[in-house]
Amino acid sequence: MSTMLEIQGLTKQFGQFTAVEDVSFSVGSGEVLGFLGPNGSGKSTTMKMVTGFLSPTSGTALVCGNDVTRDPITVKRHIGYLPEGAPLYEDMSPAGLFGFVANVRGLSGAARRLAIDHAVTKLQLDEVYNQQIGTLSKGFKRRVGLAQAILHDPDVLILDEPTDGLDPNQKHQVRELIAEMSADKAIVISTHVLEEVDAVCSRAIVIARGKKIADGTPTDLERRSGYYNSVSVHLHPEHIEGLRGALSGMNDISGIEVGNSDGVLAQVTVMSREGATIVEAVNTRIRENGISVEQLYVERGRLDDVFRQITSDGGAR
Amino acid sequence: MSTLLAISRRELNAYFSTPLAYVFIVIFLALAGATTFYFGGFFQRGQADLAAFFSFHPWLYVFLIPAVGMRLWAEERKSGTIELLMTLPVSTTEAVLGKFVAAWFFTGIALLMTFPIWITVNYLGSPDNGVIFAGYVGSFLMAGAFLAIGSFVSALTRNQVIAFVISAAACFLFMMSGLEPVQSAFRGWASAFVVDLVASLSFLTHFDAITKGVFDLRDFIYLSSVIGVFLFANVVVVDLKKGS
Repeated sequence: MSTMLEIQGLTKQFGQFTAVEDVSFSVGSGEVLGFLGPNGSGKSTTMKMVTGFLSPTSGTALVCGNDVTRDPITVKRHIGYLPEGAPLYEDMSPAGLFGFVANVRGLSGAARRLAIDHAVTKLQLDEVYNQQIGTLSKGFKRRVGLAQAILHDPDVLILDEPTDGLDPNQKHQVRELIAEMSADKAIVISTHVLEEVDAVCSRAIVIARGKKIADGTPTDLERRSGYYNSVSVHLHPEHIEGLRGALSGMNDISGIEVGNSDGVLAQVTVMSREGATIVEAVNTRIRENGISVEQLYVERGRLDDVFRQITSDGGAR
Repeated sequence: MSTLLAISRRELNAYFSTPLAYVFIVIFLALAGATTFYFGGFFQRGQADLAAFFSFHPWLYVFLIPAVGMRLWAEERKSGTIELLMTLPVSTTEAVLGKFVAAWFFTGIALLMTFPIWITVNYLGSPDNGVIFAGYVGSFLMAGAFLAIGSFVSALTRNQVIAFVISAAACFLFMMSGLEPVQSAFRGWASAFVVDLVASLSFLTHFDAITKGVFDLRDFIYLSSVIGVFLFANVVVVDLKKGS
């Protein structure tokens, strides 16, 4: 795995306000990096600096070894970029837009035709190919934006909220597309949809108030959740007290949370202390005490929980 | 160069994909004709030249050219497409020049479509076609100068209406600086040198010289440097403002 995108101490100040502060990370070929953070945390600003749209106050980004502050044009050649909200020339058709982008990217002749055909097929844009972009639905516009970004088969793909505003089917399509393309590219997607991280990302970075506060695989992040390796048990409400008794005195259990009950079944979460594996022990106790349980499973940890936890407490780990 | 051409082509197509291009051309031709025949007294003068035609061009350009220039950057910034454009492998200079060339070419088309008046004057008499050619060159250069101002102002704002009003006012001032109202305002307190300096900045002074068929290099240098200075300022402003 070779490093294709390397970000070094990227900082951006707007007057007194520091939008991005000393963010560093690198992304290799084959990696899909999820760039997470609340709105206004500096995700888009970071991406704008990497793509050469904004110049950083300090620090830089290297794309395939090229420094964006010294040689922005070369960097831009290597990057495919979908800006936030997918702005497009609304009075053009996808045909016109792709033609323009291909011209600017220096594609010509057969290569140009092939590139456009490929992008149009990948994103299923045949039926709207000659329609005015301004008249297209949000989903189509987003796909036109994506097609424009992958037209020249870039080494680094930077997508700012690629699935924002899409319906579940379209989201699924876009995620499949990203997974498909990830083999030989470095892909960075920003999102605040956490299920997306699980679905497509091999790694995730969390940023809050302009600072990087977490960097790891989605599983690493889930491990930070209080729910990681907890055991959820569904049973009749009348058995809850019995369960409490059965589990008392176990060292690896930090507590028992009683969740919603629909009158027939109640959900009880047995919290694991520091992510220890407790499912075997819990299961044994339940069987030994003869408590009737409808369902029992291990929690993977809740990303949204981790997300809220690490982005709201001032960035402390 | 191919990048610049790609941008120009897109921009030129953008003019013709909206009614703007057609409205502009029709209004320009109608006004150019009306001013020549009614206010210029084309027939009454009884002279085989196009002075009556060219002398009103600055006044038409003052409000028509800002309409061509206003959308160049304001629209990109408003719709966010500036982010799409400036993250393609394009330098700011290429983008500014590409857009300017497209808009200038477009006004050139409008100007060329006034050719019936040239045919008319050649039918009625035997004018000095060299002078008429000079007039067209001068008019085209002046349109370029107004357009450079318009493009620069357009980069300052996201609002096309504001861009239009400010560039029309700026063009008007540039034009008027050679005329009596502005001159007398300066004459009261400034030295003759300053008064002459202000007068020398006037589009009208330089344009009149060219349309009279006097090919003075200074007039060309003047109009070209107005284009150069404002396009340079345009590049600086786009770089400063693109992210905001």
